[in-house]
Amino acid sequence: MATIVTDARFADSTLGHAVQQSSAFARWVLVLVAVAFLGVMLILPLVIVFVSAFDKGWQTAVAALEHPDARAAIRLTALVTVIAVPSNVVFGIAAAWAITKYRFSGKSVLVTLIDLPFSVSPVIAGMIFVLLFGARGLLGPWLSGHDIQIVFAWPGIVVATMFVTLPFVARELVPLMQAQGHDDEEAAISLGAGGWQTFFRVTLPNIKWGLAYGTILCTARALGEFGAVSVVSGHIRGETNTLPLHVEILYNEYQFAAAFSVAGLLVGIALLTIAAKSVIQWGLRKSVRDDAETSSAAPGVSGQPWGEQWVSK
Amino acid sequence: MGFTVLYLSLLVLIPLSTLVLCAGRLSWEELWHTFSASRTLAAYRLSLGGALIAAGGNAIFGLLIAWVLVRYRFPGRRVLDALVDLPFALPTAVAGISLTAIYAPTGVIGGWLAGAGIQAAYSPLGIIIAMAFVSLPFVIRTAQPVLQDIDREVEEAAATLGADRLQVFARVIFPTVFPAVLAGFAMAFARAVGEYGSVVFISGNMPGRTEIVPLLIMTRLEEYNYAGAKAVALALLVLSFLMLLVINLLQAWARRSAPV
Repeated sequence: MATIVTDARFADSTLGHAVQQSSAFARWVLVLVAVAFLGVMLILPLVIVFVSAFDKGWQTAVAALEHPDARAAIRLTALVTVIAVPSNVVFGIAAAWAITKYRFSGKSVLVTLIDLPFSVSPVIAGMIFVLLFGARGLLGPWLSGHDIQIVFAWPGIVVATMFVTLPFVARELVPLMQAQGHDDEEAAISLGAGGWQTFFRVTLPNIKWGLAYGTILCTARALGEFGAVSVVSGHIRGETNTLPLHVEILYNEYQFAAAFSVAGLLVGIALLTIAAKSVIQWGLRKSVRDDAETSSAAPGVSGQPWGEQWVSK
Repeated sequence: MGFTVLYLSLLVLIPLSTLVLCAGRLSWEELWHTFSASRTLAAYRLSLGGALIAAGGNAIFGLLIAWVLVRYRFPGRRVLDALVDLPFALPTAVAGISLTAIYAPTGVIGGWLAGAGIQAAYSPLGIIIAMAFVSLPFVIRTAQPVLQDIDREVEEAAATLGADRLQVFARVIFPTVFPAVLAGFAMAFARAVGEYGSVVFISGNMPGRTEIVPLLIMTRLEEYNYAGAKAVALALLVLSFLMLLVINLLQAWARRSAPV
C-alpha cells in the first residue's frame, strides 16, 4: 500500500518535533477526499465520454468522424483556429510590448480592456456581433448592400472566436516581459542592432516559453468555444457548424454514440493541451530560474497554471 | 502601440459599446417590463444563486485540494495536478453532454441519486454541478502559490508557542491564504454566472424553473426579440464589469498580504 508523506520542504523542521506533522490518519483522509472529489468531478466525465463513444462499437465511432458533416465541422474549426490564433498571438505580443516597454497614461484601462473578454458571458460576446453585423444590426444594411455576410456565416464565427480568445497570449506575456525589464534590449540596441533584429534575436528568445504557453491556451479555447459561436453561427449543417456545435446537434438528435465520438476527439485534443501545457510550464519555470540566477528575478512570474494569468498582474 | 489600440477598439471596445448604447436607447418601460417579468427574475435568481453555491463549494474543496497538492506527496499527484486544468481545456459542450450522461436518471451517479429520490440532471442541482465543474480550477490555482510560499518558520514559531495543528491552521495558514481563496471564489462566481455551454445540456431549460440568464438571452435572440435580449444582457454585462472590479481589488489585496 502506498504511503503518503508530507512534502520534504515542509517536513524537515529545524525544531524536530516541535512542529507536529499532521498525523498519518489526517493525511490519508485529506488525500482521499481530494482524490475522490477530483475523481468524480474530472476523471469520471472523461471516462464516460469514451465509454459512451464506443457504446455501439468502434465502427460507429469511426463512422461518426468520417461523416461529411463531421468533416465539414473539422475543416471549419481548423479554419477558425488558423485565423484567430495567429491574430491574437500578434496582438498579444504587440500589447505586451506596448504595456511593458512604454509609459503612457491610461495603461491600466488598456490592461482592463484586455481582460474584458474573460469576464463577459460567451452568449453576450456572440450577441454583440449580431447587434453589429446582423441583418437588423447597425452595419447590417450596409453589409447586405455590399453582399457581405458576417453573422450566420464563417466570418462571424471567426470574429466571435477572436473576441473570446483575445486575452490569452497578452495575459501570459505582460507579467513575463514586466519581469524581464528592458536591459537586454537596450544592450542590443547600444551594440547597433535594429528594432526588428532586437525583437527576433533578443526579445523573442526571452519570451518563447510564455508565448508558447499563451498560444496553447488560446488554441484550446478557439477549438472548443461554444456559447459565442453558437449565437453567431446559424447552425447550418455542413457549413457553419464547428466541432462543438456538431456535438450539440448530434446529441439533440439522440445520436448519442456519434455525439460522444466527436466529443472524444475533442477530449483527446484537451488532454494533449494539458500535456503540452505541463511540458511548457516546466520550461517556463526553468527559464525563470535561469533568469533568477543571472539577474534579480521578479516576483509574480512563477509559470503557474491558468488561474495565475488572472492572479499575476 | 497604435496597432494594439486599434485591434482592441475594433474587437472589444466598439462592439461592447454598441451593446451598451443600444441598451441605453431602451425606454424605462421596456427595462421595467423585462425585469418585472417573473421569467427574468427566476432566471437571475437561478444563475446568481447557483453560481454562489457552486463557487462556495469550490472554495472549500479548492482550498483542501490545493493543500493536499502542495503539502503531501502521493502516487499520481503530478497527474492529478495537471488534470485540475481540464475544465479550462475541455470544450464546454463536451463537459455538458458528459455530465448529463452521468447525472441523468439512467446515468452512473444519476441512477443512484434517483434511487434516493434526488433528481440531479434537469434540475437546479444539475446546473450547480455543471457550474462547479467549469469553475473548479480557480480557487485551487489561486491558493496553490500562496500555500507554497508560506514561511515554514512562522508555523514553527506558532507551534513552539504552544499552538496545536488546528490552531496553526486557523490562526496562521488560513488568514494568509484567505485573500487568494476569496479572489479565486470571485473568479469562479464570475465564470459560473456567464457559463452557457456546459449548463444548457444538463439544465433541461424549463422557463422559470431551470432557465439560466445566458439561455434566456439566447432564447430572446432566437425569437428576434432584440430589445428583450439587450435588456437582459445589459444587467449581466454590468454584473461582469462589477465582478472584474471586485476581482482586481481582491487580487491587489491578495498580493499585499501574500507571504514574501
